[in-house]
Parts: sequence; C-alpha cells; structure tokens
Amino acid sequence: MDIFIQQIINGLVLGSIYALVALGYTMVYGIMGLINFAHGEVVMIGAMVALTVINLLLGSGLPGVVMALIGLAAAVPVCMATGFAIERIAYRPLRNAPKLAPLITAIGVSIVLQNVAMLVWGRNYHAFPPILPSVDFEVFEATITGVQVAIIAIAALMMIGLTLLVQRTRLGRAMRATAENPSIAQLMGVDTNRIISLTFVIGSSLAAVAGFMVSANYSIAHYYMGFILGLKAFTAAVLGGIGNLAGAMLGGILLGLIESLGAGYIGDLTGGFLGSHYQDVFAFFVLILVLVFRPSGLVGEKVAERA
Amino acid sequence: MSALLLEARNIAKHFGGVKALRDVSLTIREGEIYGLIGPNGAGKTTFFNVLTGLYTPDGGDLVFAGQKLVASAPHKAAQRGIARTFQNIRLFGNMTAMENIMVGRHVRTSAGVIGAVLHDRRTCAEEAAIRRRAEELLHYVDIADRADDLARNLSYGDQRRLEIARALATDPKLLALDEPAAGMNGTETAELRVLIEGIRADGITVLLIEHDVKLVMGLCDRVAVLDYGAKICEDVPAVVQHDPRVIEAYLGGAVA
Repeated sequence: MDIFIQQIINGLVLGSIYALVALGYTMVYGIMGLINFAHGEVVMIGAMVALTVINLLLGSGLPGVVMALIGLAAAVPVCMATGFAIERIAYRPLRNAPKLAPLITAIGVSIVLQNVAMLVWGRNYHAFPPILPSVDFEVFEATITGVQVAIIAIAALMMIGLTLLVQRTRLGRAMRATAENPSIAQLMGVDTNRIISLTFVIGSSLAAVAGFMVSANYSIAHYYMGFILGLKAFTAAVLGGIGNLAGAMLGGILLGLIESLGAGYIGDLTGGFLGSHYQDVFAFFVLILVLVFRPSGLVGEKVAERA
Repeated sequence: MSALLLEARNIAKHFGGVKALRDVSLTIREGEIYGLIGPNGAGKTTFFNVLTGLYTPDGGDLVFAGQKLVASAPHKAAQRGIARTFQNIRLFGNMTAMENIMVGRHVRTSAGVIGAVLHDRRTCAEEAAIRRRAEELLHYVDIADRADDLARNLSYGDQRRLEIARALATDPKLLALDEPAAGMNGTETAELRVLIEGIRADGITVLLIEHDVKLVMGLCDRVAVLDYGAKICEDVPAVVQHDPRVIEAYLGGAVA
C-alpha cells in the first residue's frame, strides 16, 4: 500500500512537469497546427541556465531557496527569448509553406539547440547542488519532499494562471480567435504575428519552469535531457487531445501516474523479468494506444476548444 | 453632397491569367448605402478582399477617409475603420456569441500581456467596457438571448446577425456586407433591411454586395455593376435597372 501511495505522489510530481511542457506543445499546435519538436530543448535550456546561475551563486552565502529562485528567474527570460527566436527565425519564414516543411525544420532546430547546448555546457551531467532545504512530509506512510510539494503547487498555479489568461482576458480571446481563424482574427484588428510570438514566449516560460523543476527534482541536468522529456510531454499532449489546454494538463498528469505506477509494479507483474528502468516504455506504449484507438485524445473532439 | 469616404482608383487584381478586377474605380460617400452587384464571378468579393487587405491589388489606389489605404495588412484596415462580413459566414465557431463580439473590440482596445498579468484597474475597466459594448451590440442585432451560446450552435439567421454585430464592434466608418441576405427567407430579409437602415441612421456608411435585387434596389442610394471584373455602370437604382449594359450582363445580349 505504501508503495502505491508513494508512486502516486511521484507520478503527480512527474505529471505536473509533463503537463507544463505539454502545454507548450499544445498551445503552439492549437494556434498554428505545428508540432514544435524544439520545445523539449527549451526545457533543457531552462534547466541548464538555472543550474549555471545557481553554481555561480554558490559561494555567495545566500540562502538556498533564494539562489534557486534567482536561477529560475534567470532561466525564464532566457527561454522566452529562445522561444521567440525559434519562431522568428525558423517558423515565421515558413508560415505559408506546406505543413511538412516547418515540421522538419522543428526537428532541425531541436538538433541545433542540442548541439549548441553541448558546446556551451559540455557533454557531462551537471549536478543540482543540494541547496534546497530537505523537508520531508509523511503522507499515509509515504514520503513527499518539500521540493515535490513546491513543484506540484507551482505547476498548479501556473496552469490556473494560463487558463485564466486564455479564457478571461483580451489577449486570451485574441489567441483563441487566432487559433480558430487567423485571417478573420486579423480583420478584427488582431496582429496575429504578435499573438503567435506571444504563444511561443508563454509556452517557453512554462518550459523554463519545468526544466528547473526537473533538475531540482532529479538533481541532474544534461544537454540531451530535453529530447526524451519533450517526446513524453508531446505524448501527454496527444493523450489529452492536442490543441486542447485542459487536455494537455490532464494528459500530463495521467502520463506521469501511468509511468510512475508502471515503473513501481512492472517488476512484480513480470516476476522480476522487467525492472523499473523500463519506465520509458509506458509513455510510448500509451502514445501508440491513443493514436490507434482515440487519435483525437481524451478531451479532444474534432471541435475541441483550442488556444 | 456629403464628403467622400472611399475612393477606389483603377483597382486591378489578377489571379494568373484571370483578370478578376480590371481598373475598377468607384467612389462611396459618407452616410451612403452603396450597392455592388453583378453576375457570379464578376469580382465583387475580390473587391471586398482588396478593400479589407486580404488581397494585395496588382494596380490602383484606395483612398479611405482622405488617406491612402496600404493594402495587405488586414489589421490596419480594421484600425482605419473598415469592417466586413462574409458571404460564407466566418465566425469563431468555438467561442460564444458574446466572445465573438468581444474579439471585434480588439482593434479599439489595448490591454496586453502586462495588463493581463497585473490585472490593474485600467485593464479591468477596459475589459468591463468591452463587455458592455458587446452586450449593447447583442441587443442591437437582437440576439441577446443567445449571448452565451457557441457561435456554431446559432441558427443561420442569428449567425448572420452575429457577424454584423462583430463587424460593428470594430467601430467602422464603412461596413461592407457580402451577401447578407443569402439563404434568408422573406421575413428575415425584411428584418435585415431594417437593421441595415438602422446602421446607416447611426452614421455608418454601408457597402452592400447582394443578389436579392429587390433588397438592393429598395435599400441602396447608388449601385455599381461589375461584369467580368470591370465596372459597367454606376448610378441610382432606378437608372441602373434600365441600363442596357446591365440587362445584357445579366440576361445576355439581344438576339440579332
């Protein structure tokens, strides 16, 4: 029983991170029908920038939490700028090109960013220094760390904030209008290029936070970390119904739970034949099942609300 | 005679070898209801698309309210005061009727990211004003009871009205209606006529593409006729109706 609760907690933490990243995929898809495969790399850049800044601050004598927050505060604008630049340089020139062109470009951007990161930060794993206070809470015989509580809380706040932004504000209306029909949105005075830029910037800020969370939670960051994380978040977005914000959140949390529970029980279920390192299999197994049986995702319908 | 609102000078638009518009010149005066008619494929909708910046013309100038209109930037055309509806209705189907009109207010409002995040007093006041104006317009076109329904769930006639309300939300000087009576029954058309007259009475100039000859002749102050992309006639309805070129365009030439 305690393993079950523990894996649920781990799954929620992992799922919160997936959800934040999945939102970036789904927002861009909703607004321009593009799967931005470079998004995972933005997450990686967020983690690397935060770690770099934190390592620079290590001798400063600041409290650990403050150092972590400064690292995060540095990562967010860098990722926003990266997201803005990706759209401006790689996708905008292809706005009217066949859909396959920006998709291939997205993969190219992803490879370029990985290699740039490798040149800047090297091929080694970077450890997240133990600066955050280790507070543990006991929940039904399972343990949840302070960092994990913070991850879930921050992710939830960001998701609520994004939902309010999209549903309740002038900007959000313009985003939804652009998603439905860019040329008509323009006739209403919406500068759709600006809205698309903003979508990338907002998605990238969520990615920055997610990247920071991953490195804080697993105490590690690496130039290649964005690839698999990006694919899984993409899976989460598809699971929920790509283009749908609520779907991305739901898909992210579900995928986190599936992976976590799967990893926790796969050993018992296969009599020890497969171990928890088969965790990654679950995400892609889910992706295949969704694509075969419900390609529009859990929440998504043909007429799914998009943003 | 009232002031000129729109002056189109020798507008040309080609699609490959097809000359959709050939040197079309016309002038619309302030406060007028101006009809644009012609057989199918005559270039009426193309002219609308050029006017609202969806197409870049291959030749000619548009002067709107005394200033040259730089084409190919729809959001600029909206800013300058040109709004339109579509022959095939193009609402934001997954947004409510209310939200559709609120999007129409976009061009006259300014709250951006910072406002959305801070939610300061100015942003809230602006949002409230947007909502108020949208409610007024819902009442104006008489669909207030459908405010919270998704646009795609509205009846055809209500969708047409909603599209007009959304266009009005941009505070246009010129409202361009592309076949607003298409698919409407007699009663709906009569109501539409009252609505358009009311819009003009509020000081908005109306440019109307319409196939319903009775509606055009009854409503318009002046009418221009396009045929094969060229203007063949421009005058008051009574004259246009009896112009031999117009009759020929619609019915074919006299048998020799």
